[in-house]
Amino acid sequence: MLNPFRGFSAVFYKEALHIRRDFATLFFSLIIPLMQMFLLGFAIDTNIRQINTVVYDADGRRESRELLDRLRNSDTFHLVRFVENDHDLTDAIVSGKCRVGIKIPVDYSDRLLHQMSAQVLVLIDGSDSSVAGQAINVTTAIGLDESLRRVLANSNAPFAVDMRPKILFNPDSRSPNFFLPGLTAVLLLNVTTFLTAFSVVREKERGTLEQLFVTPVRPMGLLLGKLLPYLIIGFFELGMILSFMRFVFQVPIHGNVFLLAVLSLPYIFVSLSMGILISSKANSQAEAMQLAFLTILPSIFFSGYIFPRETMPKFFFILSYFVPATYFIDITRGIILRGATWEHLWGDAVVLFCMGTLLLVIAARRFQNKVIMA
Amino acid sequence: MSDTPQAAIAAQNLVRRFGHFTAVNDVSFQVQKGEIFGFLGPNGSGKTTVIKMLTGLLPLSGGEASVLSLDVRKDPESVRENIGYMSQNFSLYSDLTVTENLTFYGRIYGLSSDRLRKRMDEIAQLNGLGPYMNRLSAQLSGGWKQRLALGCAMLHEPKLIFLDEPTAGIDPVARRQLWDLLFELSAHGITFFVTTHYMDEAERCNHVAYIYFGKIIADGTPETLRELPEVRPEGTYRVEITTPQVTRALRIVRTVAGIRSATIFGQAIHALINDDLELEHLRELLLKQGIVVAEIRPLAPSLEDVFVELTYRHQTQSEAPRA
Repeated sequence: MLNPFRGFSAVFYKEALHIRRDFATLFFSLIIPLMQMFLLGFAIDTNIRQINTVVYDADGRRESRELLDRLRNSDTFHLVRFVENDHDLTDAIVSGKCRVGIKIPVDYSDRLLHQMSAQVLVLIDGSDSSVAGQAINVTTAIGLDESLRRVLANSNAPFAVDMRPKILFNPDSRSPNFFLPGLTAVLLLNVTTFLTAFSVVREKERGTLEQLFVTPVRPMGLLLGKLLPYLIIGFFELGMILSFMRFVFQVPIHGNVFLLAVLSLPYIFVSLSMGILISSKANSQAEAMQLAFLTILPSIFFSGYIFPRETMPKFFFILSYFVPATYFIDITRGIILRGATWEHLWGDAVVLFCMGTLLLVIAARRFQNKVIMA
Repeated sequence: MSDTPQAAIAAQNLVRRFGHFTAVNDVSFQVQKGEIFGFLGPNGSGKTTVIKMLTGLLPLSGGEASVLSLDVRKDPESVRENIGYMSQNFSLYSDLTVTENLTFYGRIYGLSSDRLRKRMDEIAQLNGLGPYMNRLSAQLSGGWKQRLALGCAMLHEPKLIFLDEPTAGIDPVARRQLWDLLFELSAHGITFFVTTHYMDEAERCNHVAYIYFGKIIADGTPETLRELPEVRPEGTYRVEITTPQVTRALRIVRTVAGIRSATIFGQAIHALINDDLELEHLRELLLKQGIVVAEIRPLAPSLEDVFVELTYRHQTQSEAPRA
């Protein structure tokens, strides 16, 4: 007699009708993620190349020209300007026209010929830390390499230690390969948390929720009937994002797509529970929107989606463990880029499942106390 | 108060506390089957709380309640299964059509598709919704929305329907039509529990109760309430004094010995006066002060008089111990 899911099919039927009637919302919630995907896939490139560079070559002989060629060939520097004095060199950086300034002193070739240490001044604009970092690394490496070659040229001995780095999972360091798997986490959150929160809050605004509580619908039937349509949309969205990622952006999927689909379930569960929690607090759609953004922001900034978690200050690093997207991004990057399997990822899934259950319990409690009995 | 087998609702010593605040304080009443029960009271007096308790949404802090012979504490699910409920804002889905709204509620109550179709036809006929079945409910006017909401609430043929301010914000014609419909349904044995602010609607009920700050201060048929000794104390009667100068007249009337209380109703004063004060004498008294009385006649108290009187008494009583 007591079916805890009473009313599920009725609510599902109704919710499906709402979605069909409000096609515009559905369309935009599916299209906007794709637009974000195109933006991130095509426009953003985190690899630093062709930094505008100004050169003051006071020496101008063969050795200094060789050094400049090496800088050019590194692909990191783009020598756009040649100046004749220190003032112009600094000015090019201050004015923002160049990010790096290189000064080769007048005695550069002489010192090299006399087996003395020659100094090269490298001025770097520190206002963009990743550009500055790349410039330091490359110039240091070229300097070291140049020195070694000069020392070893006289002895014919091989390099004592020869480092041969090999990048395993994204050999060309393509940005889409890095961003798109993480993007799935953020986009799924968009569909699930936002849409469920809105669909419940809308009923609050209309007063229909109050009506439903006086019918035999059980809370679980109501919530599941509301969640399932959005779960289906979420899944559809995931499939769409993955196919675009694979076929438009040519990101190879090394792992098992089926495993990815299964492991996305606990994550979708967390996001939906979050949506319900928001709807138990918010009384208007505007309020729900603000609260939903509160969940989106940590998912973008603390999950490792854009900024690596390892370089975060201790506090934020610990905070990132409380962000569901952290675990799902680990799952998507793991499966898509590294070909990880269930053995590597079950821990993430367990954490997500526990988070979802906890949130759902809190949400159900709040619902009982603040909404039904209010 | 004993629980007769006829009672559709039997509430005994209901108490609901929210922290230190007692929203419902020792409330008892019975609603017989087939009655139209009017539940009145100012906003915030506990009407909605009582409805929530009777429908099993709010646990009782004390007392007993049975609805359609089902214990609200033990079996709230069965209670909700067997009642209908219509909230004040006609909780419809505006982006769904009339048919879809009805289908949704039909499925919630677990109606088979055959029964649902049959009930929809019946309701369309009864409410006159027939021509609008495929219209979005957003496009219906207030009165039609309300009929649809009532249709949704009675789809599963409940024996008891709660109507929470069913006529708030709809036009007078639609109000009249709704009440005609309620009378018709009540003749078929359906019990209605109606909350309202309109006194004319209260007058139409078979049975009214008035709740004031969590306590029921009047309970009975409109006729018995009018005859209450508090409303019509021994040796007094009510008169209506019609005059073009009501405000000035009121000030004078209140000073006359033998007049217990007086209030303005439109172009007239309703006064409670002692039996020994004669109407002709009163007319002369007023004329001396320059007030021309168009008409002065004995009056049966309206329900509004009753509630005003009882509220006033209740206020002075509850303030007395503090003073």
